[in-house]
Amino acid sequence: MGERIEVTLTVNQRKRRAQVEPRLLLVDYLRHELGLKGTHVGCEQGACGACTVLLDGRTARSCLHFVAALDGAQIRTVEDVAPSPELLHPIQQAFHRQHALQCGYCTPGFVMTTLELLAGNPDPSQTAIRRALTNNLCRCTGYANIVKAVTAAGKALREGSQA
Amino acid sequence: MYNFAYHRPGSLAEAERKLKAAADGRLLAGGQTLLPTLKQRLAKPSDLIDIGRLAELSFIKADGRSVQIGATTRHATVAASAEVRKAIPALAKLAGGIGDPQVRNMGTIGGSLANSDPAADYPAAVLALGATIHTTERAIAADDFFKGLFETALKPGEIIKSVSFPVPEKAGYMKFAQPASRFCMVGVFVCKAGSGVRVAVTGAGPCAFRQSAMEKALASNFSAAAIESVKVSPAGLNADIHCSAEYRAHLVGVMARRALTEANG
Repeated sequence: MGERIEVTLTVNQRKRRAQVEPRLLLVDYLRHELGLKGTHVGCEQGACGACTVLLDGRTARSCLHFVAALDGAQIRTVEDVAPSPELLHPIQQAFHRQHALQCGYCTPGFVMTTLELLAGNPDPSQTAIRRALTNNLCRCTGYANIVKAVTAAGKALREGSQA
Repeated sequence: MYNFAYHRPGSLAEAERKLKAAADGRLLAGGQTLLPTLKQRLAKPSDLIDIGRLAELSFIKADGRSVQIGATTRHATVAASAEVRKAIPALAKLAGGIGDPQVRNMGTIGGSLANSDPAADYPAAVLALGATIHTTERAIAADDFFKGLFETALKPGEIIKSVSFPVPEKAGYMKFAQPASRFCMVGVFVCKAGSGVRVAVTGAGPCAFRQSAMEKALASNFSAAAIESVKVSPAGLNADIHCSAEYRAHLVGVMARRALTEANG
């Protein structure tokens, strides 16, 4: 196996230490070593967005990052979005209410990208939403309901209500 | 992906030593091109030297006459920079239109230039603005930097430290993006400065290049109307499933006129 690199990183507010092979990818570390299977593997080439997580507060494709390079990084995955196991986050609630998913495989990536979008722009236009979601592919919905869900989530977050 | 030895140097000097000592070393910065390349086994480096988090390479400085950007500065940082937006708004706009949010969050200016992808955005700005690329060994003028398809003037072991852009009087950038990848099918950056007019094209040839016929036409009249009659030849331009060479030649004219309208707006 060759050398191992020691890293310390924070995943969903919990500190983790790991000894990793240099080529271990963040998405494989999250899924196989931490069991966080909400982050999905789609294209593995950085094109589909299913594996999107927040890295130091910004969206990143976890299939395009080596864990070895993430010493000291803060990672947030879809498992850390809902306020409790019984409740959905307003973004997740909006996706549910607006029928913004069918098979749901791409949804975790969309939720993470929407988190970043609404944090920087609480009331985005349809164009801004579509532009922000450029890198998240959905093969079921045709995107119209996803755009509606993001709009509804923005409204709910601004008003502090449920979507 | 083939395995490799991973190094995380604490300084640029250490990174340079590690790169020169490696049998076939590559630098890792944002990794947005390098990782897909490794995954497809299109490259098999012996060592990766990670400069992505080296603080000394990530900065933006502006002094009124020029803007200096450190090599590992992310596209999103350049796009959001108040200094860049004030001094060279067209450059901030270009950075904000690269790829998608995830690429902009991770991709770096140094990585984009060193890769010299024929469809990358930054090379057009670097050429048109007459920027200087500062490396661990020398300063390279933009005109001498891009050599061909994925080929630059960089020598083995040489590392880009920063890029300095002279502040122009006027500048504009417009691209026709491939709808899925957001790479440039054609992008044109126009610039008017004390030193003259420069027009640079990306996406259309093996690497970014200057359009001298347009530069001549614009020297006395920096407006879209001045280049209406300039013919762009499709000879030597890229052709692929997205776009023929003839269509790219047509787009060079359209994008140049729109960039001029923006620069004068």
